[in-house]
Amino acid sequence: MLYDVILKISYEYEYAATGGRHLLHLMPAHIEGRQHLITGYLDIKPRPNERTDKYDAFNNAVSHVVYYLDHPEISFNLKARIDCLPQNSGLNMSPNLAGLRAELSSINSLAPDSPYHYLGNSPRVRINEAMTSFAYTQINDQMNAISIVENIGMALHREMTFDPEATTVETPAEEAFEKRTGVCQDYTHIMISCLRGIGIPAGYVSGFIRTIPPEGTERLEGADAMHAWVRAWCGIENGWIEFDPTNAMFINTDHIVVAYGRDYSDIAPVKGVLKTYGEQNTTQAVDVIPVKSNELMNL
Amino acid sequence: MEQTSKTPTDRTMQLLNNYRMVDGVADELMDQTGTVREVWSSFLNFFGALSPEDIEKRFAKGNQYLRDAGVFFRQYDDSGSTERDWPLSHIPVILEESEWQTITAGLIQRANLLEDVMADLYGDNTLVANGHIPAELIAKSPEWLRPMIGTKPRSGHFLKLVAFEIGRGPDGQWWVLGDRTQAPSGAGFALENRVATSHVFPDHYSRSNIHRLAGFFKRFRDTLHDLSNEQDCGVAILTPGRLTDTYFEHAYIARYLGFMLLEGEDITVRNGKAMVRTVAGLQPISVLWRRLDSSFVDPLELNEHSILGTPGLADAVRQGNLTMINALGSGVMENRAFLAFLPRICQEMRGEQLLLPNIATWWCGQEQERDHVLSKAETMMFGPALSTTLPFEQNEMFSLLNQQNSDVLRQNIMNSGSDYVAQEAISLSTTPVYEEGILQARPMSIRVFMARTHTGWDILPGGYARIGDNKGTSVIAMQGGGQVADVWVASPKRVERETMAPKTTGFVRTQPEVLPSRAADNLFWLGRYSERAEFTMRLSRAYHARLEESNNPDAALLKHFANYMENLSIEPDEVVPQVLCDTLVSAMGSAGHIRDRFSVDGWTALKDLSDAAWQFKKNTQPGDDCARAMQILLRKISGFSGLVHESMYHYTGWRFMNIGRALERASLMASLLRYFTAPDSPSGALDIPVDIGDSIMTHQRRYVVTTNRETVIDLLALDRLNPRSILYQLTEFREHLEYLPQENKNAQMSELAKAALKLHTELAIKSPETLRPSFLREIEKSIYALCDLLSASYLK
Repeated sequence: MLYDVILKISYEYEYAATGGRHLLHLMPAHIEGRQHLITGYLDIKPRPNERTDKYDAFNNAVSHVVYYLDHPEISFNLKARIDCLPQNSGLNMSPNLAGLRAELSSINSLAPDSPYHYLGNSPRVRINEAMTSFAYTQINDQMNAISIVENIGMALHREMTFDPEATTVETPAEEAFEKRTGVCQDYTHIMISCLRGIGIPAGYVSGFIRTIPPEGTERLEGADAMHAWVRAWCGIENGWIEFDPTNAMFINTDHIVVAYGRDYSDIAPVKGVLKTYGEQNTTQAVDVIPVKSNELMNL
Repeated sequence: MEQTSKTPTDRTMQLLNNYRMVDGVADELMDQTGTVREVWSSFLNFFGALSPEDIEKRFAKGNQYLRDAGVFFRQYDDSGSTERDWPLSHIPVILEESEWQTITAGLIQRANLLEDVMADLYGDNTLVANGHIPAELIAKSPEWLRPMIGTKPRSGHFLKLVAFEIGRGPDGQWWVLGDRTQAPSGAGFALENRVATSHVFPDHYSRSNIHRLAGFFKRFRDTLHDLSNEQDCGVAILTPGRLTDTYFEHAYIARYLGFMLLEGEDITVRNGKAMVRTVAGLQPISVLWRRLDSSFVDPLELNEHSILGTPGLADAVRQGNLTMINALGSGVMENRAFLAFLPRICQEMRGEQLLLPNIATWWCGQEQERDHVLSKAETMMFGPALSTTLPFEQNEMFSLLNQQNSDVLRQNIMNSGSDYVAQEAISLSTTPVYEEGILQARPMSIRVFMARTHTGWDILPGGYARIGDNKGTSVIAMQGGGQVADVWVASPKRVERETMAPKTTGFVRTQPEVLPSRAADNLFWLGRYSERAEFTMRLSRAYHARLEESNNPDAALLKHFANYMENLSIEPDEVVPQVLCDTLVSAMGSAGHIRDRFSVDGWTALKDLSDAAWQFKKNTQPGDDCARAMQILLRKISGFSGLVHESMYHYTGWRFMNIGRALERASLMASLLRYFTAPDSPSGALDIPVDIGDSIMTHQRRYVVTTNRETVIDLLALDRLNPRSILYQLTEFREHLEYLPQENKNAQMSELAKAALKLHTELAIKSPETLRPSFLREIEKSIYALCDLLSASYLK
């Protein structure tokens, strides 16, 4: 499935920000067998004094951007074409929890994809008794890892209420879980904690999702936002699989990956440190446009 | 005389009479048979010859030295943190040189091993791949910093300064209790303990063959200098700031080694290079000795909640432009569970046994090990696997015996074994402390420091001993009331007396001074606050003296006066105004930020002044009593100013302090004159600025009349020779300005210099008759503008 993604994130500062430094995880990833990045361009305004594009410890593309002087606003503009490849669901060969533990102990690696990174506490996800017991109530000893992921994901989707007003980007997963409300970031953090709590390595995926407008209505331009979902390690045979708890589904060709991390803090789309006073205003507009292969990219 | 009943031997015996060794533990002073060890005998004979009064006097001298040097200990409790006296046990711990050499050999091997392991963990990861360290242990460690993976340190080594906590077990063998690789603290404390202890026993120390400490610090300093680039502005210590419990040590060691003391906001990163924000602009730096944990160094790439570091520093390290001592991410080596694997790794990587064993440790993440320790739970202490605290630092280690919830704990260890370690409970040796007139045995451990120089690992021949209270031999907690002591390594031969001075003869001038903008800002504000405090004292004194005379607060002049004070938020009813105390607190705050640039005498004078003000606040009466109290405070603040002006080197920082003072004094005088020379002021008002301006006598001598508006304006605004006049202070200000960097660049006057010249000239050409009150208001406003310009040019 071929998509054009157009993203614009802008910040306005009441008092001009006095210089600043940002890390950007915005460029869609190129992953063999999962999605191909055909082209991508990230434009930043005003032009930063320094910009370096490189890869982080998890092999995600990251841009370092530095401003020396005051700038009352910044905008990050991404245009990219991505081909999302159909995910062959294949055979479910995943082991049960005890089997998963055994398979895990046969791995001696800290490579970026090693499940060990995703097993313990990370900066924004802590294993927590409430979430762990919730996870245990959804499963039994016979279930294999993939079914467990699905069961827990579906259960969370049933229990949680999607509410953009209830939480902020800083709300801890524990609190969102207690209130059973939140947005994709909260759903994802909660599900990660549930899975890690019972011993399944789980990480955070940030990216884009194709939204299908209600029948008979036009797709609204810029109405989308960036999205987040979970990936879980389900044993040596099946490896990493991705599940979207906000939409209660395993991913296929509707989800475009930007970055993989342990939680939001590893791969926040825009992470910045700058001195500023007073209000700041952020806007985000995303378009995920399905295109045909011969269509020219709209730049 | 020789036949007195108290021969040294008798006295020594008396001192030792009640020395109770603890069953089953080793002792430093005595061997198992209760015989004093040879290495102690010389000190003990000397000490035994001292009378109890002499001992008290000597101890007091050591304590006085510590207080004068500003050494204190910050203690945390429920009500916050307080400074308490440094808990020095004046009796050193004495070790034999030959034994020290054994310790040294073991620790050098260990330091090399830690270096190799760290290089592997941030490099090829063969230890994990080959199963010598569990991947889970590393991946879960918050100190294994992923952004630093693959980064080779600029200096070639990850570890430059390490410390080891060691203790002697019951069999006399030394054990490593923990490795300090993150940002080891205590070397400065060790130095202070040495200086204090040598003040207590100067006669004995100077003729004993005790290894000196200065050489170690000198070689470490030279090593860091050699690592820096030619164009660098120096080497700096990166400190979390003055609220950290070891800040004193940072300031002390910065002064001792001649390093800058920087906080995160002093630094910025440009094109992957660390730059210091100085009053002369951004200046490069390539060696930072960090005294904060790695993850706090860069809020952008490491701990996002850090408010201490500088965004971009991790990148500067990664790009090979910055050496961090130690490398970012070195804290991972402190994980308690590592102790379980190091013995085998040593065998694997170096083909050697550990020369000094570490405390026996098992990681419960392995089934076999877990079952073993649970079956021997009575000899084990359990605790969190990834913790980096030392076994005795916090009460996080627990035993499964005598615990009400031991079943639950046991179950936790079964379920999440990888989060736990078990360590063999170890009893530490005892060492003497002098209490209640006798020597008593207390448990102790020693922190030993090693630095990597050109020739390899260099050990500090001494250390920082911590001594526990008498509750047991396995727990030491200084926070809970323990003591610290100097460690003497005694040689049978003469030892080299080293100093910090460079070996070259003749004279070497050090590099030009580098003044970070933040330090300049604090000095500027210290100048302003101290001037404002003095002004407040003068106001209060003048007010209360008049109150005493008239005894009628409702008299026109007093009401007029009170109104002025209220405008400055000074409550005339308050004998010692809260504003004064607050201003002194602010002055202390500013001075506290720059302890490395501020003399100990200056600090002590300021603290004494502030303490006195708070004391007077409690027990002073209005009127005469208050005027007298203010008199005393004024004398104290003059003492402080005197120190600053007579003893402080006239470096750029001194100028910022004086600029702060000059501008504050000029603007306060302008406000004072504007108010009290206003046409509708009550009779006697004109005398008040003269009094506050300390110019009564001068006025009498210079003008044959009593005060009138013209004489007051002439003397306090326009007089070129009166240090209290506005014109005098503006002249001072312009003179200091001449010496600041960036002034007179390209033969052009700076905006700041132009503004100063303009104000100065406008005032200078006035005469008492033509100087209107509105112009005084203009002066105040112009001074604010000068402060803004100064701040924009130098202090940001």
